[in-house]
Formats: sequence, structure tokens, C-alpha cells
Amino acid sequence: MRVLFSLAALLVLSGCGSSDIWGWYVVNPMTPAGWTNIKFLVNGMGATILLSLIAASISMVLGLIVALPGLSERRGIRVINRVYVEFIRAIPLLPMLFWVFYGLPIVFKSMGLNIQIDPFWGAIITLALSDSAFTAEIYRAGIQSIAKGQTEAAKTIGLSYIQTMRYVILPQAIRRILPPLANQFIYIVKMSAFASVIGMQELTRRANELVVTEYRPLEIYTLLIVEYLVLVLLISAGVRWLERKMGSDERG
Amino acid sequence: MTQDAIEMIDVDKWFGDFQVLKGINLNVKPGDRVVICGPSGSGKSTVVRCINRLETHQKGVIRIGGVVQDGSAKALEAIRSEVGMVFQQFNLFPHLTVMENLLLGPMKARGLSRKDAEARAMKYLERVRIPEQAHKRPGQLSGGQQQRVAIARSLCMEPKVMLFDEPTSALDPEMISEVLDVIVELAVEGMTMVVVTHEMGFARKVADQMVFMDEGEIVETGTPEEFFTAPKSQRTQTFLKQILSH
Repeated sequence: MRVLFSLAALLVLSGCGSSDIWGWYVVNPMTPAGWTNIKFLVNGMGATILLSLIAASISMVLGLIVALPGLSERRGIRVINRVYVEFIRAIPLLPMLFWVFYGLPIVFKSMGLNIQIDPFWGAIITLALSDSAFTAEIYRAGIQSIAKGQTEAAKTIGLSYIQTMRYVILPQAIRRILPPLANQFIYIVKMSAFASVIGMQELTRRANELVVTEYRPLEIYTLLIVEYLVLVLLISAGVRWLERKMGSDERG
Repeated sequence: MTQDAIEMIDVDKWFGDFQVLKGINLNVKPGDRVVICGPSGSGKSTVVRCINRLETHQKGVIRIGGVVQDGSAKALEAIRSEVGMVFQQFNLFPHLTVMENLLLGPMKARGLSRKDAEARAMKYLERVRIPEQAHKRPGQLSGGQQQRVAIARSLCMEPKVMLFDEPTSALDPEMISEVLDVIVELAVEGMTMVVVTHEMGFARKVADQMVFMDEGEIVETGTPEEFFTAPKSQRTQTFLKQILSH
């Protein structure tokens, strides 16, 4: 095993050193062609961010709706939550994407609805659905971490279930829910790369298209990885800032 | 005949296979001050929690202000409008100020205006003698102060009956009396109350009916005079000996 790793390291290192395998000219900002290529690649950033933001927003709402029955005292209602979470969580993203993009319009058509699903919304629906199983679990854990006494006290002063959630439980749970929820956003950003296979013009799709014309996969995909890295590191910094803010609020 | 505030007839309750309440019969008339005592796990808290339906009983009948507690919306409404509750752990809302804790019920459940609700909140904060803490968070108050806020929060709903579930058990010794004083004042003013407590001096002072529970049953009831000086049952005698020996 160790020999294998050593060999691999040797291979990479020697490769990096020799100029004949790297051809950075394709994305050299100093040349007009390279600069055009960089602009083409980075322009996918907007789509990736928009896709992720909309999918995450839908997932946050959907997740809460799914989480609530999971908190019921009645087993029959809790089952709704379990079935949804287990089912959605079990479906790999790519097959779900194919099903939504190629399959769902046929279902709509059979119901007499003429709804076309474009790559943008196909990707959003899939990402949101897939992610909602995870956000639902985050909500459930966060809400369950608030002591039962809070719900009981709210009951005894006459608050309804919705009022108890709105004024007592969620404001407290949000501090425990937001950081993992923000973390989950990183997952969505990365998974949004799958949207490339249904033709969504985001970061990965653009890299693929450029590779086809320029025939420089090593450089272009390296740059693609750097693009995701920058994006995710920025979000991580945001999550840490959020965690600090939430933490200090709790102490005050 | 006046309507009983609380009526429990042959109430049974199980947690799974374990029977926590066995044939509980209890009548509380308006103005009554009932103190329930007994060893840990005897079911005293469960009785109180069944009265305001934080727990559901499986057999028997519970009436609050004459309304049978069957879990219907109308029955729950009767509880929420007539019965207040004070918990051992206070259960104040830590993310809200004291004032906001007191406003929530009257404004959201009763539909009072903010002005009316604030006036009412100040009235009860003065009653529990901490109006100056209105704008602090519960976490900034001592345990005794927090419990007095919890009492005020309950009073803001202007209940006819107050339930106290071991209101001083989570308090440091030096804070017990400030809370008991408030409860005694309420008793003197004629509030109907059911108190679960180990504070026997307090029980003797306020109770007009003592209830002793053990292993899910009501073993003995009586006036404080009878109860403390001439307990009928062996179990009551043993309990009193243990609890009063220091």
C-alpha cells in the first residue's frame, strides 16, 4: 500500500515538473484567447450560485414542513416524516435528476398538464427535494433539543401549536439549526455540478464544453476545482461568522 | 350546590405497562387549597399534570369547572382558561425578556392589546415583588426570582385554579421562602390551588386539605390538623417521620 502511494506521489511530482503535460496557455489571462476562456468558465458562477440559493431556500421551507410531523406524539403522523426522509434520502441525486427532467414531464402530460421542465428548474427541483430530507432531519434534531418544558409552559398559557412553534420553540431552535443548515448549503453547491448533465450552463457544464473545444482537460478541470474551492471556502467563512454570532447571542 | 373546580373520579393512568395512578378520587372546591405530598415516584406530579392535560389519563373522569376532559377542543379551552400552572423547573422562555414572557399568553392566546397586556403584566410583577426586573432575561435572574416570574406569567392568564408542581424543589434553600411567601399571599387572597410540595411547614400553614400519595394511590386525605398530629395510615406515619425528622 505504502509503495503504491509513493509511486503515485512520484508520478504526480514528476508530472508537475515537466512542462510538456501542463499547457496553462488555455487559461492564461495574459493572452486574449486565454482570457476569453477564463471569462467563459467563471461566467458559470452566477448560475451555480443562483441554482444553489433557490434550491436551498426551497429545501429550507420543505424541510420544515417535513420535520413537523416527525415531532408528533402520534406514531401515525410520525410515519409520514420517516417515510419521506428514508425514501428521498435513499435516491441518488443523478437518477433523481434524470427522473425529474426526463420522466416528470411525461407524468404531467398524462395528467393533461403541459408543463415543460427546463434544465434550470429541473436541477432546482431535484436539488431541493434531495436536500429537504437532510434539512428535515436538521430541523427535527434542533427542535427536539429544546426542552419539553418549554412546550408545556406554552400550552399552559394557552398558546396553540402554531403559536408555540412561532414564538417559543423556533426562535430558540434556530440557533442550533442555522449552522448545520448553512453547512448543508455547501453540499448543495457541490451537488449542483450534476445539473451540467441536463444541459444547465453552470460551472461544470462550461468546463466540459471548453474541454471539448480546447482539449485541455487537466488545466480546465483544475481551474474548475479551484472555482468550487473558492466558492465553498467563502461559504465556510460565512458559516463560521454565523456560528460566532449565534453563540454570542446565546450567552447574552 | 357549588360547582367543583376540579373533580377526579376513579382516574387510572399507565405509562406503558406501569400503572402510575390507581383509582384517584379528588374534589377541589372553589377557594380550596389542596396540598399533595408523598415520596418520589408516588404519582403526585402526574395527578397535577393530568388535571391540566399535560398527561392524558386512560380511565376515569376528570372535570374542570364541570367540563369533562375528553381531549376535545372545548375541554382543552376550559383548562387553558381556568387553570394556571407553575413548574418545578420554572420553564420561562429564555430568549424573551421577563415582560415578553408575561405578554405572550395574554396577547397571543387572549387577544389583549399590548397596552392592556403590559398593564396586567406590571400588576402581577408588582404582586410577586419584582417589577424592576421586567426588562431582564430570565437567565439574569436568581432561581427564586425566576420562579416568581413564572407565577406572575401564570397569573397574567387570570386563572381560577393554580397548580404548583414542586415549585421550590429546584431552588437553593435561601430562595425557598421568597417563593412560598408569594404562594401564601395568593392563598390568603382566596385563590384555589393544588400544590405538590415537600415543604411541610408551608403545607400546614396554607392547606385546608392534605393529600398523601404513595405508589400511585391516595393513601390518606384530611385536614392539616388531623394529618400532621394523628395520621391514620402506617405509610403516612412513616413518611412524616422521615420528612420531619430533621
